Amino acid sequence: MDFETLKKRISEKFPSVEFEEFRNQLSARINKADLLDFMKFLKEDKDLHFDYLTDVTGVDYLKMEREPRFDVVYHLYSFKNNVRLRVKCGVPEDDLDVPSLTPLWGAANWLEREAFEMFGFNFVGHPDLRRLLLPDVFDGFPLRKDYPLRGRGERDVILDLK
Amino acid sequence: MAQPSYEIKTDQMILNFGPQHPATHGTLRIVLELDGEVVKKAEPHIGYLHSGFEKLGEYKTYNQWITLSDRMNYLSSLANNIGFAEAVEQLIGIEIPERAKYIRTILAELTRISDHMVWVGTHALDIGAFTAFLYAFEAREHLYNLFEHVCGARLTTSYTRIGGLMRDVPEDFEDMVKWFLGYFPNTLKELHGLLTRNRIWMDRTRGVGYLSKEDAINCGVTGPVLRGSGVAYDVRKNFPYLIYDRLDFEIPVCDDGDVYSRYLVRMEELVQSMRIVEQALKDLPDGPVNYFDHKYTLPEKEKVYDTIEGLIHHFKNIMPGHGFNVPEGDIYVATEAPNGELGFYIVSDGTNKAYRLRVRPPSFVNYSCFDKMVRGNLVADVVAVLGSLNIIAGELDR
Repeated sequence: MDFETLKKRISEKFPSVEFEEFRNQLSARINKADLLDFMKFLKEDKDLHFDYLTDVTGVDYLKMEREPRFDVVYHLYSFKNNVRLRVKCGVPEDDLDVPSLTPLWGAANWLEREAFEMFGFNFVGHPDLRRLLLPDVFDGFPLRKDYPLRGRGERDVILDLK
Repeated sequence: MAQPSYEIKTDQMILNFGPQHPATHGTLRIVLELDGEVVKKAEPHIGYLHSGFEKLGEYKTYNQWITLSDRMNYLSSLANNIGFAEAVEQLIGIEIPERAKYIRTILAELTRISDHMVWVGTHALDIGAFTAFLYAFEAREHLYNLFEHVCGARLTTSYTRIGGLMRDVPEDFEDMVKWFLGYFPNTLKELHGLLTRNRIWMDRTRGVGYLSKEDAINCGVTGPVLRGSGVAYDVRKNFPYLIYDRLDFEIPVCDDGDVYSRYLVRMEELVQSMRIVEQALKDLPDGPVNYFDHKYTLPEKEKVYDTIEGLIHHFKNIMPGHGFNVPEGDIYVATEAPNGELGFYIVSDGTNKAYRLRVRPPSFVNYSCFDKMVRGNLVADVVAVLGSLNIIAGELDR
């Protein structure tokens, strides 16, 4: 399936989706309210059949001065059509709620937990939204752009050095 | 007289597996809830080796980050180097010379062999077969000597550069690889003889750690775990990079979805890797290994000493705060690392450092469905399942 058919098929159902092509890769931007429906459509549609969630991550655009500040980025793959699709969803700083994709894909579980601890997204509907890589008492979201490289001294607090 | 029925009520037991356990291969911890010897729930706790590679990627230039990619999956560092370099090259939009492509392919496949050798050795050792370990590690040792000869390091290779390689391979590289190709089938035969039809091995691995095809797709697992569940997905075939589209090789698939089928898939992959190396070595072309535009790659030493342009390019590439800029945009490039799909999602803001560097590690996603695989198995099988996933904690935690 080439990108044009793919775009047409998606636009029929979700006219608000914006597409972007760069280096022969296709990105679709969807607003947050439609995210879960959109993903469900992509997964369950007979022609598209994006049944494989490769990756969930976030990007903080603070230094690029863009609104909204965050993006949640999903990478989908379709076994049927052998095509990848990147789905981006803007998340403003004052409303970090994002619908969780755990009802659709088991893979979303840990990937969303990681995105939560690194960026602070609140995945609504996630069964077990705890920190994964960092200690439970860790405070702050390390991959945000306003978080310093050497940390804010959390390590000392955790190790009880202070 | 009827036998009275006794029902002995026991409490669920919580068993802490790791963080320092010989079978965890690194530092990871699993909290097991046991009912007798049966695992009711397994909850992995990870992050002991979290080193912030993604955050560091925003502060290091692209070439500097290559050294960090070694430290992710330290058993297949060349595959990580190659995956990262491929991603950045596609983002810039440059195509590396043919010779570099061939050398990268050969080394990626040799890395797959060395990674699988460590896997088969330690996996068998965990389950109790010591002899296979010795044969596997002998083969690995020959490969590490080869890597050392090529790039000066055994584990932390850092061999690729954006736009090419650190340097060309040494003169006797081809002879060494040829020698290895002659030597390795015997090792493979020995391993098959020791394990494949071994009664104890089959009893310990068959029907253990079952993952159905649907679950495998739903959980997003990749690599031998996915193929061991009957899904023929391999990045080398589905999205060919380097020279894989010109080569003749098969993707082994096994439908059973248990530890034994993952073992069979990996063992067959070794054969296919040898086929790839053989073909690539036969056609290995002459020529440069670095991209012609020295804005991105280091110029040859003669040019640096003799021409002003060469000198400028050399210092521009080496000096902190300089180096090449990468066009604004984002890209996701995946390569088939020995454990599965190793993806890099890079967002560039047009400077010489990544704005956001995301690694999609195969171990991380494969490990996330660990609970699904061990539930209902015996506690001794936890080690077998863990071994079959080939978790490398450095990559798991990044």
